[in-house]
Amino acid sequence: MAQTIKGQTGEWEIVIGLEVHAQVLSESKLFSGASTTFGKAPNHNVALVDAALPGMLPVLNEVCVRQAVRSGLGIKAAINLYSVFDRKNYFYADLPQGYQISQLYHPIVGEGELTIDLEEGESRAIGIERIHLEQDAGKSIHDQDPHRSFIDLNRTGVALMEIVSKPDLRGGDEASAYMTKLRSILRYLGTCDGNMEQGSMRADVNVSVRPMGSTELGTRTETKNVNSVRFIRQAVEYEAQRQVELLEGGGQVVQETRLYDPTKGETRSMRSKEEAHDYRYFPDPDLLPLQLDQAFVDAIAADLPELPDEKRARFEASYGLSNYDAGVLVAEKETGDFFEAVAEGRDAKLAANWVMGELFGALNKAGVELSNSPVSADALGGLIEAIGSDTISGRTAKDVFATMFETGKSADTIIDEQGLKQISDEGAIEAALDEIIASNPAQVEKAKENPKLKGWFVGQVMKATGGQANPGVVNKLINEKLG
Amino acid sequence: MSITRETVEQAARLARLTVADDDKDRLAGELSAILGFVEQLDEINTDDVEPLTSVVGATARMRKDEVNAGDYPERVLANAPDRVTDFYAVPKVVE
Repeated sequence: MAQTIKGQTGEWEIVIGLEVHAQVLSESKLFSGASTTFGKAPNHNVALVDAALPGMLPVLNEVCVRQAVRSGLGIKAAINLYSVFDRKNYFYADLPQGYQISQLYHPIVGEGELTIDLEEGESRAIGIERIHLEQDAGKSIHDQDPHRSFIDLNRTGVALMEIVSKPDLRGGDEASAYMTKLRSILRYLGTCDGNMEQGSMRADVNVSVRPMGSTELGTRTETKNVNSVRFIRQAVEYEAQRQVELLEGGGQVVQETRLYDPTKGETRSMRSKEEAHDYRYFPDPDLLPLQLDQAFVDAIAADLPELPDEKRARFEASYGLSNYDAGVLVAEKETGDFFEAVAEGRDAKLAANWVMGELFGALNKAGVELSNSPVSADALGGLIEAIGSDTISGRTAKDVFATMFETGKSADTIIDEQGLKQISDEGAIEAALDEIIASNPAQVEKAKENPKLKGWFVGQVMKATGGQANPGVVNKLINEKLG
Repeated sequence: MSITRETVEQAARLARLTVADDDKDRLAGELSAILGFVEQLDEINTDDVEPLTSVVGATARMRKDEVNAGDYPERVLANAPDRVTDFYAVPKVVE
């Protein structure tokens, strides 16, 4: 359900387009041999090309091209075999070239599409306009000195993919669902690590509003560099509300760049300078046009992994999982792999419940990532086998799991050590029950009159067997004998 | 196409160049003359011609994704007018 705003003059539709900057996973930069490692000492990951020293020539990194194509194929986009790098000219202290190398007129990836997952199993296709390759800028630090800004060029020249959506999104929920899904796909593809805290993915959020039913787009604002899924939602909601109030109050939306302030939860105008942007794009004379072979693209296509949508459908079909459960399990590739390792050859629904329930709960509580889980997929599988074979009851299994999580021991070891093995042998249970019946004739008479009192016998059998009797078998035998 | 004094000022501002008032009219005239010369190309029909991005007739060569540069802040910062540790220091950039 698309979100709308009920204003005083009527209902307003929110129209959003996202430009996501995703850092390409590569060893070296887009046009230089400097490392892309995060967190190095200032200006250590800088080649002379990145510092824009005179006479330096950019040379294109093949892996960055490959990654952009791979990302394009992941969103079912057209790959442009011919693309061109342009210079986008502007001055800023952390841009030593005085221009950013980007792709304006001939991007490497054309139109594609991504399916966002909304609440209650609803989903919707969102158009993607293009993906182009470009250089990241450096980092400016303004708060270390009263009179000077400090510049670190480590990030300068790292390859970014700018992924531009169509204005197809209709609210904060959809915008954040889009970012979540895009991040998931790029992580599956291995083309971006999706690490938003480190700035590997950030979005420019274009928002406009229009009266419901109108087909014309309103004037939009662009909120720059929003770096979390939650902030994207908040920025959209704040900005749309602001625009509606402005328009209903007789004002006009100014097309401008804004920034989102997470501590105040508001957007505000970023550049008061009236000067219109004039980037004076032109083809970079240092770089020849890029011409790819269809074979190059086909080889990448042949090597694509199973993506979240396909995996979700497969989980539903072959494991009988619900749409919701499958969605949770495929959001991260590691989770899906873990689940499959647990489910392999075992009860898949039980596996899904244990992974999403006890395991996720325990990991969350302990603040541990799945990759460092003290209970491996194999170990959890062992526990599920113990439940499946009636070696332990579901209730005992929770205690065993807690011990596994704490000690890292296998389920079998813990069951043996603590003597938790469930007694399913009817003979043994029957013997215990017969003894209780023989020594409690009064209770037997009462229970025959009032079936509710059978529970007392269940308790006695459990007591007699140290809580290890299989409850199903106990109930069955009591019903047989006390009719 | 005729370049006005205002266009000269705008172009100078974008390029961060200081142009003396006395020079602006002269530059407007020179730039107009240059554009006028190039405008001769308008006589040719270019409807079906793609803009030329390179005259070499070759396409880009790509390099392997290898780290083979960097880790030399002293070389990078050698010409920096001002520095603090390994940062460039520049006049305060105000947002």
